[in-house]
Amino acid sequence: MKTQSEAIDLTEQKKKAQKKARKRNGDPFSGWKENMSGYLFIAPMFLGTSLLVLFPIFASLALSFTDWNFVSGYNNVNFIGFDNFTALFSNGLFLKALKNNFVLLLAIPVTLMVSLALAVIINRYVYLKDLFKVIYFMPFISSIVAVAVVFQVMFHPTQGPINQLLMSIGIDHPPEWIADVAYSLPSVMLIMIWTSIGFNLIIYLAGLQNIPKELYEAAQIDGASAWFQFTKITIPLVSPTTFLLLVTGVISSFKVFDLIIVLTEGGPANSTLTPVVYLYQQAFIELKTGYASAIALVMFIIILIITYLQFIGQKKWVNY
Amino acid sequence: MTFRFDTKKLITTIIMAIIGLAFLMPFFWMISASLKVEEEVLTFPIQWIPETWHAIENYKEVWTGSMPFFLLYWNSIKVTVLTTLTSVTISCLAAYGFAKINFKGSNVLFLVVLATYMIPPQTLLVTQFLLYRWIGLYDTHTGLILLNSFSVFGTFMLRQFYLGISNEIIESARMDGAGHFRIFTAIALPLVRPAIATYAILRFIWTWNDFQYPLIFLRTEALYTIQLGVQSFSDQHGSVYSLMMAASVSAILPLLIIFIIGQKNVIEGIQLGGVKG
Repeated sequence: MKTQSEAIDLTEQKKKAQKKARKRNGDPFSGWKENMSGYLFIAPMFLGTSLLVLFPIFASLALSFTDWNFVSGYNNVNFIGFDNFTALFSNGLFLKALKNNFVLLLAIPVTLMVSLALAVIINRYVYLKDLFKVIYFMPFISSIVAVAVVFQVMFHPTQGPINQLLMSIGIDHPPEWIADVAYSLPSVMLIMIWTSIGFNLIIYLAGLQNIPKELYEAAQIDGASAWFQFTKITIPLVSPTTFLLLVTGVISSFKVFDLIIVLTEGGPANSTLTPVVYLYQQAFIELKTGYASAIALVMFIIILIITYLQFIGQKKWVNY
Repeated sequence: MTFRFDTKKLITTIIMAIIGLAFLMPFFWMISASLKVEEEVLTFPIQWIPETWHAIENYKEVWTGSMPFFLLYWNSIKVTVLTTLTSVTISCLAAYGFAKINFKGSNVLFLVVLATYMIPPQTLLVTQFLLYRWIGLYDTHTGLILLNSFSVFGTFMLRQFYLGISNEIIESARMDGAGHFRIFTAIALPLVRPAIATYAILRFIWTWNDFQYPLIFLRTEALYTIQLGVQSFSDQHGSVYSLMMAASVSAILPLLIIFIIGQKNVIEGIQLGGVKG
């Protein structure tokens, strides 16, 4: 994050210097002509983003204060103030969905720990590095729909391969996984961890390569153990990477949709319901457009707040 | 230089290989189940090599049955290829603009684009849906293609590569009287070709796997893409596991092939877009 703002600062400085040089030399490529070509190059991207992202944000904001149902036509839009929001925060189902999403966040530290451990091993202690990268990356590129379908069968309470294995090694009453209210959310988390290890691992490998080798050599000369090197050199020096993965992980855990829709549809007994799934149900099954817009807005604000808190908190533990 | 064999490293490699195999177990199980007769799918201990081969029958049912995968494949290929082409073009142009042209407000506009990366796409679905119904893009492949065409990730990643091109080359081309479009096509594009390949592969994989947009923006079954097809297929044949696995293999296999061919590009692209973004 910081490197990026630095990069922007640098390009800014360069651009200013270039501008000055051009004014001196009377460069014909500055001024309105340069501006014009700049706008033309970014126009498709900017227009698309405006139409499909910026405009929808403001439209959601407006719609969230109405009781509109889109099949009833544009004449039936009533402004109802904050009613959607008060209804939302006294709605047990929505609060449960929110709570579930916060439980899902627990999968992130687990993913980070496993990925970092694997990255350190792959980086220094194995042959065939590239092969291992590919193996662990495989779930990340596979379609979540197909993965969800496969796990649906593997998690089958009595006949699924996972429970048959557990029963064969003497566990008489294995968990019923996605069919059991207590285990359904952890099951979803297991699959989330499995699919996101690849991405985290690859980013960690890039982070590890930026640590100067001399640090480890010096530590070795001083007789530091591998564990000491890991905790005192590796962990502090990859903390910017950990921070990046934490922020993107939190944002993406609020986006988990395909997996839940195909695996459980939010069930059993709403134990895997999340705000995005609830949003989808309210908007496209119940057709409550205004109410669904309010959910979207609340989610957006929650993600903004969490990301902001993370940026504040990073000063305590991220080393740049 | 002599090759020194490290026993410790070898043992770690073997242990990691075993963990790796366990990690890929769901894939092996899926492929194995797709080749079996239904009665053998859930036998225990797992019979990795089927006793009775039923592959041809299973895949024939999936590809030509009530939810014909031929059609789904065709739709997916069409949508994915066109999305990849438009997205690469749009991102390439914008990335060049942001990296190599000094225009007023370029930094502010870039930050606006970058900020949209944080927004969960689901929060936009309702208004995008209304907008699409209003302008007539609902239930069309064009609409679906546009949804994945404006990629912040792609723009950012390609911009990083353009920044790496030295300004002297561009300056001298301009002294010779070339305009930006000329420089873009003749000089910049060939230089970032590897980055374009990387982004194109990633966009292909992500669009192929996209489930959410087709679910909300398509209604006509004849327009369904493969991911929607797999879900409807599992609704229809949810209890016939061998067929469901054959459907899953069909949805994943082309991607695995593309990924294995282009894995170096994919991994580098993720690192470049992820670490610096």
